[in-house]
Amino acid sequence: MIDSLAVALTVLALVAAAWALLLVVLDKPLTLETKLTLGIAGVVVLLEVGLLVQAVIGVVRLVGLDRDISGPTFVGYLVAPVLVLPLAGFWALAERSRWGASVLLVGCLSVPVMILRLHQVWAGHG
Amino acid sequence: MADDLALATRSGPGRLLIAVYGIFAIAATSRSAVQIATRFGEAPVAYLLSALAAVVYLLATVTLAVGSRASRRVAFLSCAVELAGVLVVGAVSLLVPSWFPDATVWSDFGSGYVFIPLVLPVLGLLWLRRTAGPRRAAVNPGSG
Repeated sequence: MIDSLAVALTVLALVAAAWALLLVVLDKPLTLETKLTLGIAGVVVLLEVGLLVQAVIGVVRLVGLDRDISGPTFVGYLVAPVLVLPLAGFWALAERSRWGASVLLVGCLSVPVMILRLHQVWAGHG
Repeated sequence: MADDLALATRSGPGRLLIAVYGIFAIAATSRSAVQIATRFGEAPVAYLLSALAAVVYLLATVTLAVGSRASRRVAFLSCAVELAGVLVVGAVSLLVPSWFPDATVWSDFGSGYVFIPLVLPVLGLLWLRRTAGPRRAAVNPGSG
Protein backbone atom coordinates (compact mmCIF):
# COMPACT_ATOMS: atom_id res chain seq x y z
CA MET A 1 0.00 0.00 0.00
CA ILE A 2 0.92 3.67 -0.07
CA ASP A 3 2.92 3.82 3.15
CA SER A 4 3.56 7.56 3.15
CA LEU A 5 -0.17 8.28 2.82
CA ALA A 6 -0.94 5.85 5.64
CA VAL A 7 1.64 7.52 7.88
CA ALA A 8 0.28 10.98 7.03
CA LEU A 9 -3.32 9.89 7.75
CA THR A 10 -2.28 8.24 11.02
CA VAL A 11 -0.46 11.39 12.15
CA LEU A 12 -3.40 13.57 11.09
CA ALA A 13 -5.86 11.34 12.97
CA LEU A 14 -3.69 11.45 16.11
CA VAL A 15 -3.41 15.25 15.85
CA ALA A 16 -7.21 15.50 15.60
CA ALA A 17 -7.57 13.07 18.53
CA ALA A 18 -5.16 15.10 20.69
CA TRP A 19 -7.03 18.27 19.73
CA ALA A 20 -10.34 16.64 20.70
CA LEU A 21 -8.80 15.56 24.01
CA LEU A 22 -7.74 19.17 24.59
CA LEU A 23 -11.34 20.31 24.04
CA VAL A 24 -12.56 17.66 26.50
CA VAL A 25 -10.01 18.75 29.13
CA LEU A 26 -10.79 22.46 28.61
CA ASP A 27 -14.51 21.61 28.75
CA LYS A 28 -15.25 23.30 25.40
CA PRO A 29 -18.36 22.30 23.45
CA LEU A 30 -18.00 21.75 19.68
CA THR A 31 -19.75 24.94 18.58
CA LEU A 32 -17.86 25.67 15.34
CA GLU A 33 -17.84 29.29 16.50
CA THR A 34 -14.41 29.48 18.13
CA LYS A 35 -10.98 29.17 16.52
CA LEU A 36 -10.31 26.05 18.57
CA THR A 37 -13.40 24.21 17.31
CA LEU A 38 -13.12 25.47 13.72
CA GLY A 39 -9.51 24.28 13.71
CA ILE A 40 -10.37 20.72 14.66
CA ALA A 41 -13.17 20.74 12.09
CA GLY A 42 -10.59 21.67 9.44
CA VAL A 43 -8.27 18.84 10.49
CA VAL A 44 -11.14 16.34 10.45
CA VAL A 45 -12.29 17.47 6.98
CA LEU A 46 -8.70 17.15 5.69
CA LEU A 47 -8.48 13.68 7.25
CA GLU A 48 -11.76 12.69 5.59
CA VAL A 49 -10.49 13.81 2.18
CA GLY A 50 -7.27 11.83 2.76
CA LEU A 51 -9.27 8.74 3.70
CA LEU A 52 -11.32 9.07 0.50
CA VAL A 53 -8.10 9.27 -1.53
CA GLN A 54 -6.80 6.20 0.32
CA ALA A 55 -10.02 4.32 -0.47
CA VAL A 56 -9.77 5.10 -4.19
CA ILE A 57 -6.06 4.21 -4.40
CA GLY A 58 -6.65 1.07 -2.33
CA VAL A 59 -9.44 -0.25 -4.56
CA VAL A 60 -7.40 0.48 -7.72
CA ARG A 61 -4.38 -1.35 -6.29
CA LEU A 62 -6.54 -4.28 -5.14
CA VAL A 63 -7.91 -4.71 -8.68
CA GLY A 64 -4.35 -4.83 -10.06
CA LEU A 65 -3.07 -7.20 -7.36
CA ASP A 66 -1.89 -10.69 -8.36
CA ARG A 67 -1.50 -12.03 -4.81
CA ASP A 68 -4.34 -13.60 -2.84
CA ILE A 69 -5.59 -11.42 0.02
CA SER A 70 -9.03 -11.11 1.61
CA GLY A 71 -10.59 -8.60 -0.81
CA PRO A 72 -13.87 -7.95 1.05
CA THR A 73 -12.05 -7.39 4.36
CA PHE A 74 -9.58 -5.06 2.66
CA VAL A 75 -12.35 -3.01 1.04
CA GLY A 76 -14.16 -2.99 4.40
CA TYR A 77 -11.17 -1.37 6.11
CA LEU A 78 -10.87 1.11 3.22
CA VAL A 79 -14.51 2.20 3.37
CA ALA A 80 -15.21 1.98 7.13
CA PRO A 81 -13.10 4.98 8.23
CA VAL A 82 -14.58 7.10 5.41
CA LEU A 83 -18.03 6.43 6.94
CA VAL A 84 -17.15 6.39 10.64
CA LEU A 85 -15.42 9.77 10.74
CA PRO A 86 -18.32 11.93 9.42
CA LEU A 87 -20.82 9.93 11.50
CA ALA A 88 -18.74 10.62 14.60
CA GLY A 89 -18.44 14.27 13.53
CA PHE A 90 -22.17 14.87 13.19
CA TRP A 91 -22.98 12.87 16.32
CA ALA A 92 -20.41 14.99 18.19
CA LEU A 93 -21.79 18.28 16.85
CA ALA A 94 -25.28 17.47 18.15
CA GLU A 95 -23.96 17.51 21.73
CA ARG A 96 -23.63 20.78 23.60
CA SER A 97 -21.15 19.70 26.27
CA ARG A 98 -17.58 18.41 26.49
CA TRP A 99 -18.92 14.93 25.67
CA GLY A 100 -19.26 16.03 22.04
CA ALA A 101 -15.49 16.31 21.69
CA SER A 102 -15.12 12.93 23.41
CA VAL A 103 -17.13 11.36 20.58
CA LEU A 104 -14.77 12.96 18.07
CA LEU A 105 -11.82 11.66 20.10
CA VAL A 106 -13.06 8.08 19.85
CA GLY A 107 -13.91 8.49 16.16
CA CYS A 108 -10.42 9.84 15.39
CA LEU A 109 -8.70 7.08 17.38
CA SER A 110 -10.60 4.42 15.44
CA VAL A 111 -8.97 5.65 12.20
CA PRO A 112 -5.34 4.58 12.97
CA VAL A 113 -6.66 1.22 14.21
CA MET A 114 -8.46 0.63 10.92
CA ILE A 115 -5.41 1.79 8.91
CA LEU A 116 -3.25 -0.67 10.86
CA ARG A 117 -5.69 -3.53 10.17
CA LEU A 118 -5.84 -2.44 6.53
CA HIS A 119 -2.10 -2.94 6.21
CA GLN A 120 -2.15 -6.25 8.03
CA VAL A 121 -4.75 -7.49 5.55
CA TRP A 122 -2.68 -6.12 2.63
CA ALA A 123 0.39 -7.94 3.96
CA GLY A 124 -1.64 -11.16 4.02
CA HIS A 125 -2.11 -11.50 7.77
CA GLY A 126 -5.80 -10.72 7.51
CA MET B 1 -41.63 14.01 29.45
CA ALA B 2 -40.88 11.35 26.85
CA ASP B 3 -38.65 13.81 25.00
CA ASP B 4 -36.85 14.64 28.25
CA LEU B 5 -36.14 10.96 28.75
CA ALA B 6 -34.85 10.56 25.21
CA LEU B 7 -32.69 13.66 25.55
CA ALA B 8 -31.24 12.47 28.86
CA THR B 9 -30.47 9.05 27.39
CA ARG B 10 -28.48 10.42 24.47
CA SER B 11 -26.80 13.41 26.17
CA GLY B 12 -23.56 13.73 28.10
CA PRO B 13 -21.84 10.39 28.74
CA GLY B 14 -24.72 8.72 26.91
CA ARG B 15 -23.60 10.37 23.68
CA LEU B 16 -20.15 8.81 23.98
CA LEU B 17 -21.65 5.46 24.97
CA ILE B 18 -23.87 5.43 21.86
CA ALA B 19 -20.88 6.43 19.69
CA VAL B 20 -18.81 3.50 20.96
CA TYR B 21 -21.81 1.20 20.48
CA GLY B 22 -22.12 2.53 16.93
CA ILE B 23 -18.49 1.76 16.13
CA PHE B 24 -18.92 -1.76 17.49
CA ALA B 25 -22.14 -2.17 15.51
CA ILE B 26 -20.33 -1.25 12.30
CA ALA B 27 -17.30 -3.42 13.16
CA ALA B 28 -19.35 -6.47 14.16
CA THR B 29 -21.74 -6.17 11.21
CA SER B 30 -18.98 -5.90 8.61
CA ARG B 31 -16.93 -8.64 10.22
CA SER B 32 -19.82 -11.07 10.36
CA ALA B 33 -20.97 -10.19 6.83
CA VAL B 34 -17.50 -11.04 5.46
CA GLN B 35 -17.27 -14.23 7.53
CA ILE B 36 -20.69 -15.55 6.52
CA ALA B 37 -20.35 -14.54 2.87
CA THR B 38 -16.84 -15.93 2.32
CA ARG B 39 -16.24 -18.92 4.64
CA PHE B 40 -19.35 -19.83 6.62
CA GLY B 41 -18.58 -23.59 6.55
CA GLU B 42 -15.27 -23.20 8.42
CA ALA B 43 -16.70 -22.14 11.76
CA PRO B 44 -20.51 -21.89 11.63
CA VAL B 45 -20.94 -21.55 15.41
CA ALA B 46 -18.45 -18.71 15.70
CA TYR B 47 -19.87 -16.93 12.65
CA LEU B 48 -23.48 -17.24 13.80
CA LEU B 49 -22.43 -15.79 17.16
CA SER B 50 -20.68 -12.95 15.34
CA ALA B 51 -23.94 -12.26 13.50
CA LEU B 52 -25.89 -12.35 16.78
CA ALA B 53 -23.39 -9.94 18.35
CA ALA B 54 -23.76 -7.63 15.35
CA VAL B 55 -27.56 -7.59 15.67
CA VAL B 56 -27.35 -6.91 19.42
CA TYR B 57 -24.89 -4.01 18.95
CA LEU B 58 -27.02 -2.49 16.18
CA LEU B 59 -30.13 -2.82 18.34
CA ALA B 60 -28.42 -1.27 21.38
CA THR B 61 -27.07 1.64 19.31
CA VAL B 62 -30.43 2.48 17.72
CA THR B 63 -32.59 1.98 20.82
CA LEU B 64 -30.27 4.04 23.05
CA ALA B 65 -30.24 6.82 20.45
CA VAL B 66 -34.06 6.80 20.18
CA GLY B 67 -34.40 6.73 23.98
CA SER B 68 -38.19 6.42 24.32
CA ARG B 69 -39.63 4.30 27.12
CA ALA B 70 -40.21 1.28 24.89
CA SER B 71 -36.88 1.53 23.10
CA ARG B 72 -35.05 1.84 26.41
CA ARG B 73 -36.58 -1.49 27.39
CA VAL B 74 -35.18 -3.04 24.22
CA ALA B 75 -31.83 -1.36 24.95
CA PHE B 76 -31.86 -2.89 28.43
CA LEU B 77 -32.50 -6.34 26.94
CA SER B 78 -29.77 -5.85 24.32
CA CYS B 79 -27.22 -4.92 26.99
CA ALA B 80 -28.28 -7.90 29.12
CA VAL B 81 -28.00 -10.33 26.19
CA GLU B 82 -24.63 -8.79 25.35
CA LEU B 83 -23.31 -9.20 28.89
CA ALA B 84 -24.55 -12.80 29.02
CA GLY B 85 -23.05 -13.42 25.57
CA VAL B 86 -19.61 -12.07 26.38
CA LEU B 87 -19.50 -13.98 29.69
CA VAL B 88 -20.74 -17.32 28.29
CA VAL B 89 -18.82 -17.17 25.00
CA GLY B 90 -15.74 -15.87 26.82
CA ALA B 91 -15.79 -18.79 29.25
CA VAL B 92 -16.59 -21.44 26.61
CA SER B 93 -13.93 -20.13 24.21
CA LEU B 94 -11.33 -20.61 26.96
CA LEU B 95 -12.61 -24.01 28.18
CA VAL B 96 -13.45 -25.60 24.79
CA PRO B 97 -11.33 -23.69 22.21
CA SER B 98 -12.10 -26.30 19.52
CA TRP B 99 -15.68 -25.00 19.33
CA PHE B 100 -14.34 -21.67 18.11
CA PRO B 101 -11.81 -22.24 15.31
CA ASP B 102 -12.15 -18.56 14.41
CA ALA B 103 -12.56 -15.70 16.88
CA THR B 104 -15.79 -13.82 17.57
CA VAL B 105 -16.10 -10.37 19.14
CA TRP B 106 -16.89 -12.14 22.42
CA SER B 107 -14.07 -14.75 22.40
CA ASP B 108 -11.76 -14.62 25.45
CA PHE B 109 -14.10 -12.03 27.02
CA GLY B 110 -13.45 -9.61 24.16
CA SER B 111 -9.67 -9.50 24.67
CA GLY B 112 -9.18 -8.93 20.92
CA TYR B 113 -11.04 -5.63 21.34
CA VAL B 114 -9.25 -4.50 24.54
CA PHE B 115 -12.14 -5.95 26.60
CA ILE B 116 -14.48 -3.18 25.44
CA PRO B 117 -17.18 -5.83 24.66
CA LEU B 118 -17.10 -6.78 28.36
CA VAL B 119 -17.20 -3.22 29.70
CA LEU B 120 -19.73 -1.79 27.22
CA PRO B 121 -22.87 -3.70 28.35
CA VAL B 122 -22.08 -2.93 32.01
CA LEU B 123 -21.78 0.78 31.21
CA GLY B 124 -24.96 0.55 29.13
CA LEU B 125 -26.94 -0.98 31.99
CA LEU B 126 -25.54 1.54 34.49
CA TRP B 127 -26.37 4.42 32.16
CA LEU B 128 -29.94 3.17 31.64
CA ARG B 129 -30.37 2.90 35.41
CA ARG B 130 -28.90 6.33 36.05
CA THR B 131 -31.15 8.07 33.50
CA ALA B 132 -34.27 6.12 34.53
CA GLY B 133 -35.43 7.88 37.71
CA PRO B 134 -37.79 10.89 37.59
CA ARG B 135 -35.35 12.93 39.72
CA ARG B 136 -32.24 11.76 37.91
CA ALA B 137 -30.74 15.27 37.79
CA ALA B 138 -30.62 15.44 41.59
CA VAL B 139 -28.60 12.24 41.95
CA ASN B 140 -24.89 13.03 42.05
CA PRO B 141 -24.60 14.90 38.74
CA GLY B 142 -20.81 15.05 39.04
CA SER B 143 -19.99 11.43 39.80
CA GLY B 144 -19.46 8.40 37.59
